[in-house]
Amino acid sequence: MSQLPLLEANALQRQYDVSAPWLNRVLERRPRQFLNAVAGVDFQLEKGQTLALVGESGCGKSTIAKLATGLQKPTGGEIVYRGDWNRVQMIFQDPFASLNPRWRVSSIISEPLRTLKPGLSRPDVARRVGELLETVGLSVADGSKYPHEFSGGQRQRISIARALAGEPEFLVCDEPTSALDVSVQAQILNLMKRLQFEFGLTYLFISHDLSVVRHMADTIAVMYLGKIVEIAPKQDLFDNPMHPYTRMLLDTIPDLQNPVRDRAAMTGEIPSPIDPPTGCSFHPRCPLASEHCLKETPVRSQEKFAGRVACFAV
Amino acid sequence: MAIDVPVLSRWQQSDLWWSFQQRPSAVFAVVLLAVVILTSILAPWITPQNPYDLAALNLMNSELPPIWLDGGEYPYVLGTDVQGRDLYSAILYGSRTSLFIGALSVLLALSVGLTLGLIAGYYGGWVDNAIMRLGDVLLSMPFILIAILISAVAVQMLPSHLRESLTSLILVVAIAVPSWVQYARTVRASAMVEKGKEYVQAARLIRVKSWRILLHHILPNTLTPIMVAATLNFGLAILSEATLSFLGVGMPSDQPSLGTLIRIGNQYLFSGLWWVVLFPSIQLCLIVLSVNMIGDWLRDALNPKLR
Repeated sequence: MSQLPLLEANALQRQYDVSAPWLNRVLERRPRQFLNAVAGVDFQLEKGQTLALVGESGCGKSTIAKLATGLQKPTGGEIVYRGDWNRVQMIFQDPFASLNPRWRVSSIISEPLRTLKPGLSRPDVARRVGELLETVGLSVADGSKYPHEFSGGQRQRISIARALAGEPEFLVCDEPTSALDVSVQAQILNLMKRLQFEFGLTYLFISHDLSVVRHMADTIAVMYLGKIVEIAPKQDLFDNPMHPYTRMLLDTIPDLQNPVRDRAAMTGEIPSPIDPPTGCSFHPRCPLASEHCLKETPVRSQEKFAGRVACFAV
Repeated sequence: MAIDVPVLSRWQQSDLWWSFQQRPSAVFAVVLLAVVILTSILAPWITPQNPYDLAALNLMNSELPPIWLDGGEYPYVLGTDVQGRDLYSAILYGSRTSLFIGALSVLLALSVGLTLGLIAGYYGGWVDNAIMRLGDVLLSMPFILIAILISAVAVQMLPSHLRESLTSLILVVAIAVPSWVQYARTVRASAMVEKGKEYVQAARLIRVKSWRILLHHILPNTLTPIMVAATLNFGLAILSEATLSFLGVGMPSDQPSLGTLIRIGNQYLFSGLWWVVLFPSIQLCLIVLSVNMIGDWLRDALNPKLR
C-alpha cells in the first residue's frame, strides 16, 4: 500500500438510547435499553475506490453512512477520514424527501455553492448550476422548476448535482437507487460510475441489492446485525462466498442461465438489535451453527483468510 | 408591471385559486371581510361623526332609534346611544379597534409561537421540555382568566396617563399570551418531522448554520397548518377582545371596540334601546363568521387528503 486509506473505521460503534421515558422506567421498574445499530465495525476505503455495504434492513448500513459523513458521532471506536470534511457529500435513498419541496431546483443545487464558497458571484453560481444540471443529464431550464415536477430518477439526478456542487472527494450513497424503477436504476448507476471516473470520487455505497452492488463495487462488506461478517473484493465474494450468510444472500439472486427451481428460500427474521442473540448473532438462522457459535462471538482475524470472514464454521 | 404578470398567472393556475372558485362560501366570506376591513379603514371619511370626539356628541340627539323607525333622524342611520353617539360611526370605529387588536395579537402570538415551536422541535431535549411544559401550564388555565389577569395587572401597574394610550396594546398582549401555545405545538410537531428528512441532512452536510436551516428549510414547510390556525384564531382573538371589553377589562367606553359597544348596549337593553346592542353584535358576528369561513376553506384547500 503506497498511501494510507482515505477512510478508515476502527471498532466503530453507534448506540441509540431507546429507553422508555424516565417516569415510565421508574414506575414500571424497567431498565434503560440501548440499540446497538453498529456494534464494532472495521473497514478501510482507498481513494477512488468503491466500498459497498450490503445487508438486510436494520443491519446498520444507514447508520454507518451517517457516521461516515459526520452527521452523527460514533459512541465507540473511531472514523478516520484523511481528507477535507467539507468535501464529503451524500446521496440519499428517498428522492422525494431529499429535496426541499418549496425550493426551486436551481436554489437546491446552488446551496452548497453559496454556503461553501461565499465569495462566488451570482452569475458564476448560476453558470455553475447550469453546468451541473447538464453534467447529470438535465437541462438548464429545469433549474427554474420545483422538485415535484420531476420523476424519481430525475430527482435523484438533482440530488447528485447538489452533491457535486460541493466538489466532493468522498460520496456516501445510501441506497441511491432502491426507490427507482429498474430501468432508471441502470441510468443512475451508470451516471455515478461515469462521475467517479471523471472526478476521481470515492464511494461508500450502501445497498441491499446484490446485483446493483455487483455493478458498482470494488470491495463488498456484508453486514449482519451491526457487524461485518464478511469483507472481500467483489470477484472473490461472488465466486467464492465464505460466510453462510453471504451464501444465503447470493442464493437469492435469480440465475437466468441455470435457474434453480427448488432454491431454498431465505428463512427467519433478522433478530432485534436491542436484544441480539448470544454468541454469533447469526446462529438462529445459520445452517452450520454449532454449540460453539452460541457461546462465543466470532471475529475477523488476520490469521484466518486474511481477516475476510467472521465465522467459526469456515 | 412586468413582474406582477407571472405571479398573477401562477396564482390563477394554483390549486388554491381553483378551490376558492369552487367554494361560494369562501368567495362570500372574502368579499364580506374585505368590505368590513375597507369600511373600518375608511371610517373617518364615511361616517357622519367621530365617536371618540366628545365635543361632537350632542345629548339632544341621544337615544334616537334607527332611521326606518318613528323618531329616527338623518344622518343617524342606525340610531344613537344614550350619549348621542351615532351607532353607525361607533360600529365602524369599533370594528377598526377590534380588527386591529385581533390582527396584532395573532401576529404577536404567531411570532412567539413560531419561534419557540421551531426551537423546541429542532433542538429537542430540555429546551423542548421547558418550552412545552410552560405551554402546558398556560393551557391548564382558562384562556379568559389569563387574559383578565394580564390586562388587570397591567392596567393597575401603569401610570394613568400612559394607561389610555396603551390599553389596546395591553389587550394585544393579554390575548396573545395564552394563544401562542397552539402555534408552538403545531410548528413543533412539523419541525420534528421535517428535521429528520433528508433534505435537512443534506443542508447540515454542507455546514449550513442551524438558524438558516430553521428559517429557510424547516419554517416554509411548517407554514401550511399554521396559516389555517392563524386564520381561525384571528376570529377567536376578535371574540376574546370583545369578551374582555364586555367584562369591563378591555377598551374603555370613550374608545369603544365592538365588545365595549355591546357592553354599553347591554345596560340599556331593558330600557328599550335594543339597537345599541343589536347592531354591534351583528357586526361582530359577521366579522367572526367570515374569518371562520375563510379558515375552513383554507383548511380544506390545504389538506392534501381532501384534494
